[in-house]
Amino acid sequence: MRHLLSIDDLDQERIEGLLDRAESFAEVSKRDIKKVPALRGRTVVTLFYEASTRTSSSFELAAKRLSADVVSVKASGSSVEKGESLKDTVETLSAYDPAAIVIRHPQAGAAQMLSQWVDAAVVNAGDGMHQHPSQALLDLFALRQRIGSVEGRKIWIVGDVLHSRVARSNIQAFSMMGAEVTIAGPPTLIPRGIESSGCQVRYSLDGIEEADVVYLLRMQRERMAESFVPSIREYARLFQVNSRRLNPRQLVMHPGPVNRGVEIGGDVIDSDRCLISDQVASGLAVRMAILFELLAHGDPRETDEGPVPIGEPA
Amino acid sequence: MNEVASSIPDDLDEMPAPRPLVQRPGPEATLLIREADLLDPAAGIEGKGDLLVEGGTISRIAEPGSIEAGPDVEVIEAEGLHVFPAFFDPHVHFRTPGQEYKEDLETGTRSAAAGGYAGVIAMANTAPPVSTPEQIEALRDRASHVASVPVGFTATVTRDMKGLELTDMAELRQAGAVGFTDDGLPIASPRILRRALQYQAMTGGRIALHEEDPELSGKGVMHEGAVSSELGVRGVPSISESTMIGRDSAIAGYEQGAIQVQHLSAVESIEQIRRAKADGVDITCEVTPHHLCLTDEAVRDLDASKHKMNPPLRTETDRQALIDALIDGTIDCIATDHAPHAIHEKEVPYEGANMGVTGLETAFSSVYTELVLPGRISLELLVEKLGCGGAPFGIEPFTLAEGSRANLCLVDLGAEWVVGEDGYESRSVNSWCAGEKLRSRVLVTVADGQVAFRLRTFSLGVA
Amino acid sequence: MTLIEKVVLEANDVERTLRRIAHEIVEKNPDAADLAIVGIHTGGVYLAERLTAMIGGLIGSQPPSGEIDISFYRDDIGTRGSDYQPVVHSTRLDFPLAGRTIVLVDDVLFTGRTVRAAIEALFDYGRPARIQLAVLCDRGHRELPIRPDYVGKNLPTSRSEQVSVRLKETDGEDGVAILSPVEGTE
Repeated sequence: MRHLLSIDDLDQERIEGLLDRAESFAEVSKRDIKKVPALRGRTVVTLFYEASTRTSSSFELAAKRLSADVVSVKASGSSVEKGESLKDTVETLSAYDPAAIVIRHPQAGAAQMLSQWVDAAVVNAGDGMHQHPSQALLDLFALRQRIGSVEGRKIWIVGDVLHSRVARSNIQAFSMMGAEVTIAGPPTLIPRGIESSGCQVRYSLDGIEEADVVYLLRMQRERMAESFVPSIREYARLFQVNSRRLNPRQLVMHPGPVNRGVEIGGDVIDSDRCLISDQVASGLAVRMAILFELLAHGDPRETDEGPVPIGEPA
Repeated sequence: MNEVASSIPDDLDEMPAPRPLVQRPGPEATLLIREADLLDPAAGIEGKGDLLVEGGTISRIAEPGSIEAGPDVEVIEAEGLHVFPAFFDPHVHFRTPGQEYKEDLETGTRSAAAGGYAGVIAMANTAPPVSTPEQIEALRDRASHVASVPVGFTATVTRDMKGLELTDMAELRQAGAVGFTDDGLPIASPRILRRALQYQAMTGGRIALHEEDPELSGKGVMHEGAVSSELGVRGVPSISESTMIGRDSAIAGYEQGAIQVQHLSAVESIEQIRRAKADGVDITCEVTPHHLCLTDEAVRDLDASKHKMNPPLRTETDRQALIDALIDGTIDCIATDHAPHAIHEKEVPYEGANMGVTGLETAFSSVYTELVLPGRISLELLVEKLGCGGAPFGIEPFTLAEGSRANLCLVDLGAEWVVGEDGYESRSVNSWCAGEKLRSRVLVTVADGQVAFRLRTFSLGVA
Repeated sequence: MTLIEKVVLEANDVERTLRRIAHEIVEKNPDAADLAIVGIHTGGVYLAERLTAMIGGLIGSQPPSGEIDISFYRDDIGTRGSDYQPVVHSTRLDFPLAGRTIVLVDDVLFTGRTVRAAIEALFDYGRPARIQLAVLCDRGHRELPIRPDYVGKNLPTSRSEQVSVRLKETDGEDGVAILSPVEGTE
């Protein structure tokens, strides 16, 4: 695995391997010494075009806990508008000789494009509305810790799927791991033909009682201005997930940041069925696993030392 | 009778207009193409033969091997090669004035010649847009110095393409504009389109329309469908194109105007065209090679340089419908919408890139490889549809008939080549076929009696 | 590559050798209360379990035991070929290390790099009083100054040879063999 660009580059086996690896790192995080020397001497660059403290600091800490050197480059979205090309920025980054570049960009395909220009491993931390693979993986990890396998489980994804890269990654990831995915939201916010990705579509929360897990997406107020929903109030009345709508055994997830009182009721956030803090905690272990998996393999530029004799662990 | 009145002819349509296409002067070709497969379906010419061009005119066609070459006659041994009437593209962007870093009249016409074209019509969405007679004159003057292939120029329908006021259509016609188009943008206001069509009755000059409803297209950058939903990229629904065609064909029918619908992409649009033609509207239309060969599945790679254009690539259903419509005559011609862009405008993340791909150099080869070889369309149809694009603009298709000006291309149907391997004639490299292996290649193009293009490897006798 | 197999330890040899090592560990560590046995993944884990049981039989109670995965401490991370898939195991050390005598257990001692990684990993879990090393076989070719405290069998080998260890927990029966490539077939 050279890069992590999109969930649809992975398969069930690969995902299981990554989650297993994340468990090892979760164990490391519980020790007093939370670092391992695995990536000592390597440099990881984070290149974030969109403001995000949660994801960027999660990746930075993950790299540091692997003993890598970290360089954080924050380019504003406006530098994209100014025409400062991604290619130019990449040339500047190459001075750091990074082993890995973690990139978040407002346009789809940016991480994929980057991977064609650099020797470093590329991790997509979110590209436009396209994919956010590390989020899907940490969501799977948090679920695995809580309920084990998601095979056969019913997962509902509720909200603005149209604009959500988290939703696109998760629809693929949950389906790949054997869950039955249903997406629910107002018709204006459900992408046309999304069923072909392997999910069912509903335009209301009727039937949500069958869900084992309810995954909520943030409803942004801008959507009202763009006439996707007539008002936030109406959206909340029809689609808010709160303790009246759920029974105690149903789990609730949210990629954050939450809009308390809009897509999610405050009573749910504070309850035991809410996995949000598990998700955040999972992020670190999963991102350590991602970086380790990408960088533990050879740098193709280096020469191979030759076959390893049996008797020395492989 | 006052002077003004006496100088106005009774029927303005009969006003002598300047020659529509302009080319730089050059030596008239004298050459003998020996033992080639000649194909000009419209003239009933099909079969092996010798073709003699003297002083830029096709002087004789005879049995293969029967014409003796005189002194000073270049002989091209063409056994196993094909000769077609040269192609005509009514829809290219040569980016002059103002954006010559992408393409100019010299590189653009070289690109056309390399694709077997002996005539093109340049669009007007330049910087600034071509809205005045002086601009038309300046362009024609420039072409007379550098164009290796005859070029015609369109002017915009509305001043500076703002969609608010008509340009001086009559003066533009007098200056040499072959037609009018705001291509790049639709004419959003039905009122303005109607005025233009009314005025057209006096001035002549087909109005070519880029059909999309800006409100339905929104910020879309690919076809709205399952692929765009999966990729999370904003889409343009087919109805953006078809509803606009419905509206514009109704207006054209009502005003009895003449319109050309550009770059068709959707099955719904074809239905609109069929209905309009059945109703007797003077409506002609084009399709690009890339819409005949690709679908939105190609956009999965998010390669803007090859796969981002407007209108976007749509589904397989649309593609097959376009091919069927080409076969049954609903679609009048193939036009490339050759749209060069610089590397820094295309090698960026998909959503931020400019729209458009080049196509002149690969038009014949791509459609030959994808549709003729598998037997989906005939070679005759391809040659015909690449050749007749000038008709709606009053330019008759070229012919191989004896006595006509030499406008022809020599093609090796068996040649295999990788697009872009040897570079491009175009200044830009955003070809939708970049890196693809195609069958068939244009070897020589004669445009209005001049040899406009020779493939280097062929002319040097290299394999 | 064609390999010739030469068995150097039969099933009962392995069991007998482990028993001897267990005795040696107990003799060398009179204060058995401080002992802990830690197997290095993968080869040393089952051996450590057996040693722990044997020592328990000798002194009356089993010392604490654990296993350590060194994937994150290897010195060749990022330098192996791209087809190398790091295998996932886990580290389990359920007891505090301070004041303890840790006996690291592995099946084959070769260059010494694995043991170095294991020592570094152990130190990230705590500060043991001392660390001793028990190996079933020592095949030589050390690249680091690492020496075993307890050796089952010394196996002089050449670099091109391989040592194959089979254990009844994973392979159905115990045995150690040296695999030598036939000349001209490498």
